[in-house]
Amino acid sequence: MSLVVDIRKQLGAFRLDVSFEAESGAITGLLGASGCGKSVTLRCIAGVERPDEGRIVLDGRTLFDAERHIDLPPQKRRVGYLFQNYALFPNMTVEQNIAVGVADRRARRETVERLVEAFRLEGQERKYPRQLSGGQQQRTALARILASAPQALLLDEPFSALDSYLRWQVELELADRLAAFPGPTVFVTHAREEIYRLCSRACVLDQGRSAPMQSVKELFGAPATLSACLLSGCKNISRIRRLEGGRVEALDWGAVLETGRAVPEDCTHVGIRAHYILPRPDPAVNAVPCRVERVVEDVFSTVVMLSTPGGREGLSLLRLELGKADWAALGGPQELTLGLPPKDLMLLRS
Amino acid sequence: MDWYPLLNSLRIAAVSTVLIFFLGILAAYYVAKLPRLVKGVLDVVLTLPLVLPPTVVGYFLLRIMGPQRPLGAWFLEQFDLRLTMAWYSAIFASAVVAFPLMYRTARGAFESFDQNLAYAAQTLGRSNTWIFWRVRMPYCRQGIIAGTVLAFARALGEYGATAMVAGYTPGRTATISTTVYQLWRTGDDEGAMRWVLVNLAISAVVLLAVNMLERKDRRQRRPTASGEVAP
Repeated sequence: MSLVVDIRKQLGAFRLDVSFEAESGAITGLLGASGCGKSVTLRCIAGVERPDEGRIVLDGRTLFDAERHIDLPPQKRRVGYLFQNYALFPNMTVEQNIAVGVADRRARRETVERLVEAFRLEGQERKYPRQLSGGQQQRTALARILASAPQALLLDEPFSALDSYLRWQVELELADRLAAFPGPTVFVTHAREEIYRLCSRACVLDQGRSAPMQSVKELFGAPATLSACLLSGCKNISRIRRLEGGRVEALDWGAVLETGRAVPEDCTHVGIRAHYILPRPDPAVNAVPCRVERVVEDVFSTVVMLSTPGGREGLSLLRLELGKADWAALGGPQELTLGLPPKDLMLLRS
Repeated sequence: MDWYPLLNSLRIAAVSTVLIFFLGILAAYYVAKLPRLVKGVLDVVLTLPLVLPPTVVGYFLLRIMGPQRPLGAWFLEQFDLRLTMAWYSAIFASAVVAFPLMYRTARGAFESFDQNLAYAAQTLGRSNTWIFWRVRMPYCRQGIIAGTVLAFARALGEYGATAMVAGYTPGRTATISTTVYQLWRTGDDEGAMRWVLVNLAISAVVLLAVNMLERKDRRQRRPTASGEVAP
């Protein structure tokens, strides 16, 4: 029981080449920057856009197969699609919107009533979408989708239309609802935190190409590729030259680093997260003498931008993030030696 | 006062508006889906009557529908029906001249349509016909009403092509606009003035009706303090 997607599509100069499998009863994430083909992928699965090649199979049911000339219309696919802007019909009330999803005329009233109650929309039944809050709109859209009894769910950036103070609440609630959904759910977003919190497995979509599916822990703990590492939020990345004995020369930082492991041949970059960097390390393993260039006060932490011995002017700064008190304790130095712990170094392929 | 021109003008405008309504919407809907090159060419052809002098439209119509011309001759032979110089001839004239107004406003409205709404309805299992009438048309209602009214007003005021295709025969093909010209030409200033006033009154009523429709529409859609919506 799963959704198998393996499709290719040429869109002008852009080529979409996506393949992944989404398990039933789990949320599978597609993480990618805007314009990487996330929405096109979902539209192909839903059947409102047609891939050039490949196939899409849901629970053993072929929705699309280019070779066998199978291309079910969206009406027959039974795939629910939650749009970024929810796509509620503006000329219909909440209950009319939900009723659109119910195919069986006789069961319509009963189903709508049940869903209105389940989605805490009592009292809003006769309101129009624009009279609802963002969270209510999303609940209405989800109720409408579930009214159509889909076998898979597609969520397209479901929180991007919400104010940030609403997001947390709506996200928790959506997580609860999705946990109760028995079929596969595909969740696309550019926000890595959402993937981390909501999904069990995810893959990175980079310029139309999907990387292999990984567990979320793997993806964030040890990203294998440069693009996955960037998408996972890592700010400190340097090109490398491989040296003997598990060491690499970080070209952009002008330092030789111990990695404490064998460096695979195809590694081209090394990365480290800003909060794993140690100021004034003791003992001095992988010590890099730096100059403080800029100090930025963030809400709860201090971000320090430092230039490295190998850094070109203003470029390839190292970014150190630490608590405000910890920064104050260092006494505002001009020069600072940083330690890059070997175990926190991520070795990356392009 | 002989009211025939008023009756004739109204029925011509009404029939051509009904024709234009469906043809304009159909054209707007299907042209938008065509490949770019075909779309560009068709768009020019369908919009031409808006910028051509009505006499040129009249000339083309006569070339097609005149009794000696292919279509006109065929109708005359098959149905003993003369397509020119009858009251209904003016329907063709005003329909062609007013068509681009409906076509272009409807197309503008369709282009502003949020395609995700159609996709959403499709994934919810609704047919394309259902989507057209229940989602697309209501969404584009403002533009379609505006286009219809504009087309009606234009059809009501059509002169040039009508004069060529239907001519001016009192009590048979006379419309308000051809009557005004005929009365003025023959020096009946008072008679011309009467019809000018009639025309002004109709146009004012039409525009007033549009404004009222729009206001009613807005009131229905506006949220009230209690969150309830007026029926």
